[in-house]
Amino acid sequence: MPATFTRIPADVERKDTGIGGKPPVDRRPTGGGGGDDNWENHPNGRRGPRELLTRYRMGLFCALAGDLMFFIALVSAFFVHQNAGHFDPRDAYISDWHPLVVPPILWINTAILLLSSLTIEIARRHLFHEVDVMEEWLGLGRPAVRRASPWMIGTVILGVLFLIGQWIAWKQLASQGLFFTTTQNSHFFYLVTATHGLHLVLGIAALLFALGALFLLRRVEMRQITVDCTAWYWHTMGIFWIFLFVLLTCFQ
Amino acid sequence: MSLSVQQKAPSHRLLTTDHRSIGINYLLLSLVAVTIGTILSIFMRIHIVSPMLKLPIWGVVPPEGYLALVTMHGTLMVFFVLTTAPVNGFASLVLPSQIGAERMAFPLLNAISFWLTTISLAVLLTAFFVPGGAPISGWTNYPPLSAIPAAGPGQATGMDLWLLSIGIFCLASILGAVNQLVTIISKRCPGMTLMRMPLTVWSWLVTAILILFAFSILLAAVVLLLSDRHFATSFFIPPGEVINGFAVDPHANGSPMLWLHLFWFFGHPEVYIAILPAMGLTSSLLANFTRKPVFGYRFMVVTTLLIGFFGLLVWGHHMFVSGMNPYAGTAFALTTMAIAIPSSGKVLGWMAMLWRGRDSRVHPLPTPMLFTLGFLSFFITGGLTGPILAQPVLDAYLHNTYFVVAHFHLIMAMAGVFSLFAAVYYWFPLITGRLMNERLGKWHFWLSLLGAYGTFFPMHFAGLAGMPRHYAQLGGSTSTLTSLMPLQTGISHSAFLLAATQLLFLVNLAWSARRGQPSGDNPWRATTAEWTPVTKGCIARYGPYEYRHSINSADFFQQCAERPEQE
Repeated sequence: MPATFTRIPADVERKDTGIGGKPPVDRRPTGGGGGDDNWENHPNGRRGPRELLTRYRMGLFCALAGDLMFFIALVSAFFVHQNAGHFDPRDAYISDWHPLVVPPILWINTAILLLSSLTIEIARRHLFHEVDVMEEWLGLGRPAVRRASPWMIGTVILGVLFLIGQWIAWKQLASQGLFFTTTQNSHFFYLVTATHGLHLVLGIAALLFALGALFLLRRVEMRQITVDCTAWYWHTMGIFWIFLFVLLTCFQ
Repeated sequence: MSLSVQQKAPSHRLLTTDHRSIGINYLLLSLVAVTIGTILSIFMRIHIVSPMLKLPIWGVVPPEGYLALVTMHGTLMVFFVLTTAPVNGFASLVLPSQIGAERMAFPLLNAISFWLTTISLAVLLTAFFVPGGAPISGWTNYPPLSAIPAAGPGQATGMDLWLLSIGIFCLASILGAVNQLVTIISKRCPGMTLMRMPLTVWSWLVTAILILFAFSILLAAVVLLLSDRHFATSFFIPPGEVINGFAVDPHANGSPMLWLHLFWFFGHPEVYIAILPAMGLTSSLLANFTRKPVFGYRFMVVTTLLIGFFGLLVWGHHMFVSGMNPYAGTAFALTTMAIAIPSSGKVLGWMAMLWRGRDSRVHPLPTPMLFTLGFLSFFITGGLTGPILAQPVLDAYLHNTYFVVAHFHLIMAMAGVFSLFAAVYYWFPLITGRLMNERLGKWHFWLSLLGAYGTFFPMHFAGLAGMPRHYAQLGGSTSTLTSLMPLQTGISHSAFLLAATQLLFLVNLAWSARRGQPSGDNPWRATTAEWTPVTKGCIARYGPYEYRHSINSADFFQQCAERPEQE
């Protein structure tokens, strides 16, 4: 049965034998012909049709955990600079920190990015819609691809719009006389938005790749994997952006 | 037809996604790096005892040339030897088969990270040949020295290449770590429960998590530093920095401390990244050669996890003298001493294994076991100076002396390298189907042990006497340290002995790869699954270290043996 869409509950839970947590049988096989040594075939990790999907997702999330650390390190530069003031001999606090008012267009950009998360989630769900997947697997056309691809294209457009919005925000800041090198704070603003933008460029490349994959890949499973991983990546970038946005707006 | 021949990697191994070939490629890459690194260190030792001597290739080493040697030696050894070989090399070689998998989770990704590592090494080595030469700010590259191109020869293009190289290395390591994590979590064969994984696999698991944390941070630091160097930001450049009478950047308001924090947040876990696989291997090998189960398997797992966890919390002990808040120093001193607890727990466990296995051990001790004992010796010797340096007060005196050089060379470099040798001697049959020569191996071990102690042990005394590290010239007419120069001369001679001994190893590698004694399936009579023939549908039926657990049963049970012996 092609269970690309069914979840197989991992129902075989090994009971604790209460003898100090050792694996129950490995010293002495149960002996006799009757024991089917069920514990040996106990699937660990998930086996079956979703194995690949789970594995790719896991890889993606591990990489994103590293990416999160990367952003945390960048953000640490923000806080270090913010608190880098010192007391001069007269006990006056000297700080070189100039709060920066983020361009209002960032609010629109944020909304666009959230909307794009929504569209790609819809695309992702289409690819996992049971009836459509079944049809695709049986070779009766590609309804899931047909339904998902417009949403994917929509996401690409929204992503590009977001990047354009970021560019406009930079222009607006520059017109206020705040360039990359002007203050501590503007270093950080440009650097962090640029880094995030670079991640989104990669995301858009992944989206385009997934869009191509939808039509080119022959295995239903692989189509699901590309779209799924792209979608989770995109969501994560959305979440990262929310963090950065809150940081840039509220923590000045 | 021996099974190890089947396990041998295919010959067209350069552009491959086969994990064994990639592992071998990684190891060869490390061999190149370690050779260059050793030659650099020999140059350093020569320069210390006779600064005016004309070296081959290099010529007379100027003071900044000495610093370039220090920088490149450190970088090569830490990144391309002590990280690449144990974590990527041996993990690619045996990790999948130890957990009963046929391949890594993402074979292509494995190949990509190998090629990124190679590119990274090439970029690093190019730094020797650009105008100005290699960077001179040490492998830690503290700003502002590293942030300003005018700060010295090699700090312009050379430094850029260093940063580029390390950036690429970070990416490669992160990708490799993702691959290993997913492999360990999702590719274990049926029956290979978490608590049945060999301790090496546990070490690689913790190492991969550490890499994910540490190298991401380093990548961010590298990005910030590059931005400081090229986009006129000042994340790390302090105000009022003056070089050669010129103010660097009047508006700068950065903090070099930020780099120190970021770098050591990477740098300290890096130490455990290098040493944890060695610890796992030590447990495995001691069990194998004393023919006894690992002492306290669960305990070993827990201490590995604890070391990984505490390893993320101790980075400040590198910064006691950097002007960090003294209260923070106290906190870091406490966490640092706390990490000594699981570490000494492990050591005591290994001692217990040796004690318990004194009757059942293999006679005579084979070379891998000797090198493991060497690891243990260095780990204890180097480890005992750890709690001393963990005291901020003592560190204030010792930090910039040879005492620290002695400490980290014993506990990280020598312990790590001896464990790498143990791994090479132990797993060589998996690579070539042959055993390495025992007689040469024993000579290699004893001479290396002698050379290593002769080189690094006296450095403790040099440090206590106040000899500073990173100084190109210690003697001379005005120096107060001239009376200590004979000590340095002795150290240099030991270092030459140590380096020359490694030729024995190279000879042994080359000779044994062609003419070594054929090893057969399982030359060490080991239990772990990399020695079991590759079959589809491997099933782990036993724990990882089932050596002679009762008198009536067989001597050992292979974890993934085809047919379990019925009693």
